[in-house]
Amino acid sequence: MATSTTNALAGEERSGPPTKTPDGETGRRRSALLHRLDLKGAPYAFVAPFFVVFAAFSFYPLVYTAWISLHHVELATLDSMQWVAFDNYVDLFKDSRFWNALQNTITIGVISTVPQLLMALGMAHLLNYRMRASLFFRVASLVPYATSVGAAALVFTMLFERDFGMINWVLGWVGIDPLDWEADKWPAQVAISTIVIWRWTGYNALLYLAAMQAIPAERYEAASLDGASRWKQFTHVTVPGIRSTVVFTIVLSTIGATQLFGEPLIFGQGPNGVTGGADNQYQTLGLLLYEEGWKNYQMGRAATVAWAMFLLLILVFAAQRLIRRLRPRTP
Amino acid sequence: MTVNSLPVRTDAPVRTSAPKTPRTGRRLLRIRAGRQHHAGPLAYVLLAVMAIVSIFPLYWTMVAASTDNTRVSQTPPPFLPGPNLFSNLARAWDEAAMGKAMINSLIVAGVIALSTVLFATLAGFAFAKLRFKGRNILLTLVIGTMMVPPQLGVVPLFMMMSELGWSQQLPAVIFPTLVSAVGVFFMRQYLSEALPDELVEAGRVDGAHSLRIFWSIVLPVARPAMAVLFMITFVHAWNDFFWPFVVLDMTNPTVPVALTQLSAGYVRDQSLIMAGALLGTLPLLAMFIVFGRQIVSGIMAGAVKG
Repeated sequence: MATSTTNALAGEERSGPPTKTPDGETGRRRSALLHRLDLKGAPYAFVAPFFVVFAAFSFYPLVYTAWISLHHVELATLDSMQWVAFDNYVDLFKDSRFWNALQNTITIGVISTVPQLLMALGMAHLLNYRMRASLFFRVASLVPYATSVGAAALVFTMLFERDFGMINWVLGWVGIDPLDWEADKWPAQVAISTIVIWRWTGYNALLYLAAMQAIPAERYEAASLDGASRWKQFTHVTVPGIRSTVVFTIVLSTIGATQLFGEPLIFGQGPNGVTGGADNQYQTLGLLLYEEGWKNYQMGRAATVAWAMFLLLILVFAAQRLIRRLRPRTP
Repeated sequence: MTVNSLPVRTDAPVRTSAPKTPRTGRRLLRIRAGRQHHAGPLAYVLLAVMAIVSIFPLYWTMVAASTDNTRVSQTPPPFLPGPNLFSNLARAWDEAAMGKAMINSLIVAGVIALSTVLFATLAGFAFAKLRFKGRNILLTLVIGTMMVPPQLGVVPLFMMMSELGWSQQLPAVIFPTLVSAVGVFFMRQYLSEALPDELVEAGRVDGAHSLRIFWSIVLPVARPAMAVLFMITFVHAWNDFFWPFVVLDMTNPTVPVALTQLSAGYVRDQSLIMAGALLGTLPLLAMFIVFGRQIVSGIMAGAVKG
């Protein structure tokens, strides 16, 4: 169908330019030139919008962040930048709030990412069975993904409420005393991780499922001929088969974890929650960045926190690489 | 977590020729049935638990939004909807600026999704089917940009927006996200399989220029993938939080920003909060109910395979 429309359009075009130009020879040459220009230039024109927008609104700000982090800049007077060299970094490294935020970011990152990906793996395995209502289960697992951070954090704040929250009520059945999920450090971090886990597990499970379905059936047949149990098949065929997807989700979850902001902000306290609890017990680097810039009006220091986050990310990936290098390869 | 967007297959080689049997677009996005064992009763039980855990918080949002403040704070908590759903929704719409926020979010997410789809299809077509110098390097660069968390550039971005006079205004939220690397890659993967080279060449032989080929050959083929990309981008733009929270204020918020305001008061009206949360989620939920199959298949089609 598409071909016929093209022919029609092309035909209409062929009867266009040549008849209009008085001199047929120059007209043809000009259209040949235009054609070459189109062949050479069009691809660049097509990819240009992406690169222009990325350069202007992502790359340039990232680099400029480094420059700002060497200055004293206040929110109210953004045009006056005062060179302070590495003072912001020295202050940051002397600030116990920074180390606290760094530690919280790492612990919440681990508590939220590890169970999330393991559960996603199990969920994908279940979804991979031949079954009834498979579409329903898949869509259901994506419902949390459709919920915004705001809505999810608000609901979980209520579910984790100390006095009338449903989670303390259920824990009461098994004889556990009510926990103060907001005020105590570890319960708060677990609660925040729960929000992250709830929102992203189903999404990751679908990614794993897609990868699992691409594993050739023969590999399973060969394994079962060798007498491998279901569990052995899972660990020896399924998991290696989706390795690159697993790596991909680890990378994305790690990036997400270093940037964590909305969940701890809204959990409990709303827009005044940038301190991450009364004792900063769940303040992440993202919250610290916001607090420095938009509550303390110190944009230079906010930029410094941003670069510290970037550094953390690079360190984590370097460590991941190193661990993979050092680990003996299994045959 | 804006970076946690649509996944892509990063290990696929750049294909220069069409596959032997060009597959039609819709089939590429169709859900494949699992080819493993049949699910036993245990699997169904586990899946049911999983579905309940996924859906329950939203169900309970609805329950809490339909009762009143005293009922919500009782032990045991209510499990069945009460009579006040619509009055609470109306209150959230008026009092909490949710009405304005919904319209703002609709504009922001709509514009971002449209432009992302347009530019991603253009670039995806170029990367999949056109030959030009530096194509592979540029494509690698596109993939590399996915690894840059957008949050890191907020300070200069904020300064840029106040210089442009866009602080507290929607363009400040729209412009930085007009394109998406994931979208470009998704469309490239799709078009390199769904669009036969012969079709593009036929257009060239007929003398059509590149933009015309894009318009009358590529767009019809790309339509199913574009629809999926539109929906997924819409979801992300609707839920995006950090940057809108930084650059917008309560007089002109998007939905996630307005939601933070709901819980800020000293006396918390829990039903009102939940009504706001429900209101802000309803449009996406409606989309998932109608187009769930397409969204699921889109996310799976973009996934890293093996």
